Amino acid sequence: MFEGVPLQWFLVTGTIMFFVGIYGFLVRKNLITILMSIELILNSVNINFVAFNKILYPGHLEGMFFTIFVIAVAAAETSVAIAIIINIYRRIVNIDVEKMNEMKY
Amino acid sequence: MLIMRHELLLITITVILLIVEIFLPNTQKHKIILPAILLMAAVTLVGFIPGTPGVLFGGMYQSTALTMMLKNILNIGVLIIFIQSVDWLKQDQNKEKVSEFFILILSTLIGMNYMISSGDFLMFYLGLELATIPIAALAAYERYKEKSAEAGVKLIFTSALSSGILLYGLSMIYGTTGTMYFADVAPLITGAPLQVLAFIFFFTGMAFKISLVPFHLWTADVYEGAPVNVASYLSVISKGAAVFILTIILYTVFAKIVVIWSQMLYIIIILTITVGNLFAMRQQNLKRFLAFSSIAQAGFILLGIIGQSQLGMTTAIYFVLVYIFSNLGAFGVVAIISNRTGKETINDYDGLYRTNPKLSLVMMLALFSLAGIPPLAGFFGKFFLFTAAGKQGYFILLLIALLNTIISLYYYLLVIKAMLLNSNDQPIAKFKSDCYTRLGLVLCVAGMAVIGFASVIYENIFNLSFGIF
Repeated sequence: MFEGVPLQWFLVTGTIMFFVGIYGFLVRKNLITILMSIELILNSVNINFVAFNKILYPGHLEGMFFTIFVIAVAAAETSVAIAIIINIYRRIVNIDVEKMNEMKY
Repeated sequence: MLIMRHELLLITITVILLIVEIFLPNTQKHKIILPAILLMAAVTLVGFIPGTPGVLFGGMYQSTALTMMLKNILNIGVLIIFIQSVDWLKQDQNKEKVSEFFILILSTLIGMNYMISSGDFLMFYLGLELATIPIAALAAYERYKEKSAEAGVKLIFTSALSSGILLYGLSMIYGTTGTMYFADVAPLITGAPLQVLAFIFFFTGMAFKISLVPFHLWTADVYEGAPVNVASYLSVISKGAAVFILTIILYTVFAKIVVIWSQMLYIIIILTITVGNLFAMRQQNLKRFLAFSSIAQAGFILLGIIGQSQLGMTTAIYFVLVYIFSNLGAFGVVAIISNRTGKETINDYDGLYRTNPKLSLVMMLALFSLAGIPPLAGFFGKFFLFTAAGKQGYFILLLIALLNTIISLYYYLLVIKAMLLNSNDQPIAKFKSDCYTRLGLVLCVAGMAVIGFASVIYENIFNLSFGIF
């Protein structure tokens, strides 16, 4: 399906996704969208791994394995994060990061 | 089978605690405390039996005499934290979730052990995640408190971001070398621009975990909001394990670009020590105070890593060992006073010596050890670190570090002055701590006193360490 697509295209896609994720993490105010930004970062990593594996090192499957583990760990991380978000929603009835300013300086 | 002994033992006791937890009714949960501590003590003791070095899973897991010693150091620290946290766990609001504390801490410890033993970036990443995700749940442990919930949010999001950045670096390392095994990656690191970029991403991710300065902003908030015992775990064990594996990876995988990473470390050390110390001076809350002091201490640990030699690795490990005992001593006193009275600021400690002389004595010894006053172990730790950096000729760096030691002495003495000299109309009332807390503090004081003088410990670490050249 992706025969003939040069490696650079994948890497550029991955880089754009990574920095969109970083930008979203820093700029967004809602905890759920911040979590989505983190997912973007992790998926850009996955694109990189799969592209490198498929195009540069097709003999082994190390990159693919790494991707599978990243997906699994990201799911675990997200579930803990959502549990914590639900917990803070119960405390302050809000999931806006601006409201989480009990501790500063 | 025996090669993975540390991890298997920890997994076994975690499963035992999980099963016991199921059959205990909610009102009886506190009965798990003593068995958990005894099991952990047994695991710690068994860990000292010399094991066979070896490799498992085709090189993904490697066990050497060095990694076994590092795991023993972490086990001792966790045992002390278990003993110190009994007083807090026995409080009414925690009585239904006592066992969760032990299970979560043990699972992070398993993650750290796998991380230290990893021979492959995949195993390293899995260990790292297992070591960070449960801590976020622990930081939000007191879920009826807004501060604790906020600390949990801050910790899980910063650690997720940091591991994302670290992974991006790893993907570039994979792209340039085609393998993830430490032994295969090391000869292929040539210092090409993409590899340097990959290293910077990787180092950023690790710097978040060790809380070095441009990436330290989460530390103070999380330490303040999390329960004191969890904060002490974060500042000591979590940071220590990250330092261990960072040292090993820098000295083996990235040994060829040592010129590049020593320059990076040079700048980061100056920033970390200076910013940590300057911010520690203006803190009133003791937990934030100890957070910034632990940031500065992390900068001092890097002084050993920048030494690049066998001596450098030895001093970094030795200092972490000393730091475990000193910092746990300080956190132990803060924890017991916070549990019994709810007071956490430095002004509350005015006149503590009149009412609780023993506690203030322990606090004084711990702070002196952190500052590096001679008879205590902290002095020897810092002295060796400076020797390691001095051997490489970093004299300007050493001068800055020494000046910072003086600054740190100032703010540590502020707390001691408050306890010993300041008068107070309503000092913290006299209270009697239980035998667990006493045992924990006595262990810390014994560690601080003994480690500096028992040269066998230093020589043992030295024989197991390795340098770049």
